[in-house]
Amino acid sequence: MDRMLYVAMSGAKETALAQARNSQNLANASTTGFKASLDAFSSRPVSGPGHDTRTYAVTEDMRVDLSPGPLQATGRDLDVAVNGEGWIAVQGADGTEAYTRAGDLRVDSVGLLTTGTGLPVLGDGGPIAVPPFESLEIGSDGTISIRPLGQEANAMAQVDRIKLVNPDPAELVRGEDGLIRHALMEEQPADAQVTLVGGMLEASNVNTVEAMVKMIDLARHFEMQVKMMKTAEDNDAASASLLRMS
Amino acid sequence: MNNALWIAKTGLDAQQTRMSVISNNLANVNTTGFKKGRAVFQDLIYQTVRQAGAQSAQNTELPSGLMLGTGVRTVATEKMFTQGNMTQTGNALDAAIEGRGFFQILTPDGNFAYTRDGSFQLNSEGSLVTSGGLEVQPGIVIPEGALSITIAEDGTVSAQVAGNVAPLEVGALELADFVNPAGLQAIGQNLFIETAASGAPQTGNPGLDGRGTLIQGFLESSNVNTVEELVNMIETQRAYEMNSKAISTADQMLQYVNNNLGR
Repeated sequence: MDRMLYVAMSGAKETALAQARNSQNLANASTTGFKASLDAFSSRPVSGPGHDTRTYAVTEDMRVDLSPGPLQATGRDLDVAVNGEGWIAVQGADGTEAYTRAGDLRVDSVGLLTTGTGLPVLGDGGPIAVPPFESLEIGSDGTISIRPLGQEANAMAQVDRIKLVNPDPAELVRGEDGLIRHALMEEQPADAQVTLVGGMLEASNVNTVEAMVKMIDLARHFEMQVKMMKTAEDNDAASASLLRMS
Repeated sequence: MNNALWIAKTGLDAQQTRMSVISNNLANVNTTGFKKGRAVFQDLIYQTVRQAGAQSAQNTELPSGLMLGTGVRTVATEKMFTQGNMTQTGNALDAAIEGRGFFQILTPDGNFAYTRDGSFQLNSEGSLVTSGGLEVQPGIVIPEGALSITIAEDGTVSAQVAGNVAPLEVGALELADFVNPAGLQAIGQNLFIETAASGAPQTGNPGLDGRGTLIQGFLESSNVNTVEELVNMIETQRAYEMNSKAISTADQMLQYVNNNLGR
């Protein structure tokens, strides 16, 4: 009886963890450039002397769902979205190269091009510094050209090019800060095939309908596990009453 | 107690913030010189529950781990400094900025504030003030009995005084520009103040060094796009509902445990 109780308990616990991940996806349903977490359950037989009598279920992260999110037009000069596959390279808080699909860029007070969350965007040679400008254009290949302050309209100057990369999706992992990195922490070469669209942002790729259905599914699954725990308890009570002398 | 409860709570918080930003944008759809805001979200840190690649036995390793996110947070509510529409008013004291820059205003505490709202008026001393009564800097005094006032493209203000053939030049409006206007802090009354993020103001005549030019008799209307805000509102409301559904589901799960287990 104890085995049944513990197997059911671990099932309930893992289902609650999966529900937490599902809530995380729902909470980020409107976070720019967010990529949903995919999950799966796998079975872990307990080996020991004799037969494998128990198999626990554990929930696992399947990688990140890298499918593109819908594009939203914002009309802002510094909003860019990656068209198709690829990533914008930024410098993470720990100084390493990381990747994001959130292209709500801005120029900070010292002229550094950063993401909306304040991380420097990487160019051909490190973070991009933008001189004071009157207007700024980001080309489809990531080239940043500006019309410097006080210059004629025909005096466009090229500043730098945003580093766009397209590593093998199988080698990408999400770090604890939510940024995507190469699994081996290797810097990736810029890929000329990756293109940007200006005046657009990529919305979160969370499928809210799917997440809602999954939420119901997980909740019912959880109840089933609890029901099993209840059954284990009933069995125990029944056997106890059988043995009772009266 | 239950991760899902707290994660969904961060989602509700974020959508609530977004709703406030949208409401503020919609409420200011007719405010002269208003710049719309936008809430910027970021996913919170992830917790590693089981590390992928850890040894599950001496010769086997876990093929994939378990990382749980902890929700979402609002990083910033940034202002979008896109140009608003120009509306003609015909009022000689109205000026709109076409391009970059802000009018400088002297606040009662002696500091400068900056605004795109060019609906100026005169006070009892003839000084050019905002509709809130704050003086424009550098100060411009219109002589008594001026017949007409002209604000030129480059900021020069001249007044036609009775008895004089040539108009009298009474001063010049200057504009302040910032490296990062989105870093300015909005303090209400259509005013912004300088912050460390915006950089120091570069003041000078309109039309020079990339500053915009002035148009007399026009006002810059709010840059809020009502259709966009309404669509945002629908999206926010539905996302809010879904997150509250997640909370009630997590609650039901716990309730079910309480009802069925224990004695």
